Amino acid sequence: MNTVPQIFRILPEVILTVTGVLIMLIEPVMPKSASRKSMGWLSVLGTLAALGASLWQYQLPVGTAYFGTIQTDAFSVFFHVLICSIVLVSLLAAISSAPREMDTLGEYFGLVVFGAVGMLFMTSAVELLVVFIGLEISSISTYILAAFRRKSAKGPEAGIKYLLLGSFATAFFLYGIAMLFGATGTTVISQIADRLGSSHLPLLAVAGLGMILIGIGFKVSAAPFQVWTPDVYEGSPSPVVGLMSTAPKAAAFAVLLRILYGALPTLHEYWVPLLWWLSALSMTVGNLGALRQRNVKRLLAYSSIAHAGYLLAAFTALSADGIAAASFYAVTYAAMNVGIFAVVSYAGGYDDRLTLIEDYRGLAYRAPVMGGAMAFFLMSLIGIPFTGGFFGKFYVFSAALHSGFLWLGIIGLLNSGIGAFYYLRLIAALYSKPSEAAPLNQIPRPSFALLLGVFLTVAATLILGIVPGRVLAMAKAGAATFYSVSASK
Amino acid sequence: MLVPISYYLVLSAILFSIGVAAFLIKRNIITIFMSIELMLNAVNLSFVAFAHHWHQVSGQIFVFFVMVVAAAEAAVGLAIIIAIFRTRNTLDVDKIDLMKL
Repeated sequence: MNTVPQIFRILPEVILTVTGVLIMLIEPVMPKSASRKSMGWLSVLGTLAALGASLWQYQLPVGTAYFGTIQTDAFSVFFHVLICSIVLVSLLAAISSAPREMDTLGEYFGLVVFGAVGMLFMTSAVELLVVFIGLEISSISTYILAAFRRKSAKGPEAGIKYLLLGSFATAFFLYGIAMLFGATGTTVISQIADRLGSSHLPLLAVAGLGMILIGIGFKVSAAPFQVWTPDVYEGSPSPVVGLMSTAPKAAAFAVLLRILYGALPTLHEYWVPLLWWLSALSMTVGNLGALRQRNVKRLLAYSSIAHAGYLLAAFTALSADGIAAASFYAVTYAAMNVGIFAVVSYAGGYDDRLTLIEDYRGLAYRAPVMGGAMAFFLMSLIGIPFTGGFFGKFYVFSAALHSGFLWLGIIGLLNSGIGAFYYLRLIAALYSKPSEAAPLNQIPRPSFALLLGVFLTVAATLILGIVPGRVLAMAKAGAATFYSVSASK
Repeated sequence: MLVPISYYLVLSAILFSIGVAAFLIKRNIITIFMSIELMLNAVNLSFVAFAHHWHQVSGQIFVFFVMVVAAAEAAVGLAIIIAIFRTRNTLDVDKIDLMKL
């Protein structure tokens, strides 16, 4: 039935895998003294090729491959492009901030690329086994990346916290899959939806739904499963945080959308209230937690919890608009968050010269471009008009309001107000007079890679804020193909 | 004599709960790590029981992949644990608290 060769359906994944293998083959035979940054540029090339392949996949007819486990449709292409772009910028940030003499740098780039393969599989998989394997490929790579500063005291601590809580969550996710399999006798997402209507074990499916929500809740750091986030973000290298606060989360949200809307639409009376609470709790816990942080990376960690809450609000809408709003928010959040962590990894360096908000005082004077970019990303995180963050929030909350969740909208707006406080505090620090003892004096000139990465994210945030139509149309196309698939069953 | 599927499922749920409890109570990282393995294997038992119930081999295939993933996770986990022991000389989670929760 397929006229498209199967390999085309997983072309971006194949390209990235080959890139990763090439890095692992070339890196050991390089002379010891040579800088490993060339491996970084190789991985950038591979990611660009994967990005091109993802865009090319858009013109393929919608269909499945490899025994119905992989599906290319507008939805998977949308998230493929998003994840490849995130990986691209975080690679550029890593190239510019990693110390030249670091001997494990080649592995770093290899792991980022392999992790990206897992995330891409998560978004295109329509079978729970492949979803699980993709999730684990991406998770295990990021566990290692989190612990990458292995000689520092905080590095391995961040790694082990991430690994223990991540595996704990994986076990729940897996138990949920087992229960869905037990209730329906299949692990193919569309078949689960078909058989759930006639299942004699609906309670088992509901329990499975709960377990899956716990597992994904951990992965996207939604409250009350968020405890690991601040510690892991504080202890991990900044370019890694930029990656793992966005790409694996975007992939996990895509998985959640596929499972909830693709496999379990009939159980929505159970999962809509659950998501309502997850969303409201995440927003509140994230914003209140961020208020009392002095460490910038911890503050951004709490902010990412809050943003996971905003995104989850769109899930409650139960419409194609809700899916589109969630996808759009994932893009805007990714653009501003990857961007701000690119600036943080430039200013703080690989080993976090700057940690506290006070350390950032006067950054906008010492490095006007980078400081300005950081202030711009912060304004987008607040949700000021003409930035991507504004439209992201607007679509999410209008989707929630359209479905009659007035209180969720009110909680969200109140939380945006709270959020403005701590973001503005950081902006004020950026533009205040630097103190004499500030560690800012060691800041190097921004490198080409960094300028490129920050330029791309600033441009993306601006475009999303001024002319969001194109991206929104793509998000809607993704939601529509996907919604008609689940609705036609 | 045929053992009904519910026996397997109850056993699996009990094992999973023991794993969760141990994860939350135990203070040594290696023991916490073992409790995660227990949880994964409890899930494997469920998968095999359901595979038998539905006469579907996909449940058993799942188990193989879970084992592979668990092995990979253990390799990475033990490597990180060694790195922790080198920098801290302890494996007590209460003492690995440089960054407060």
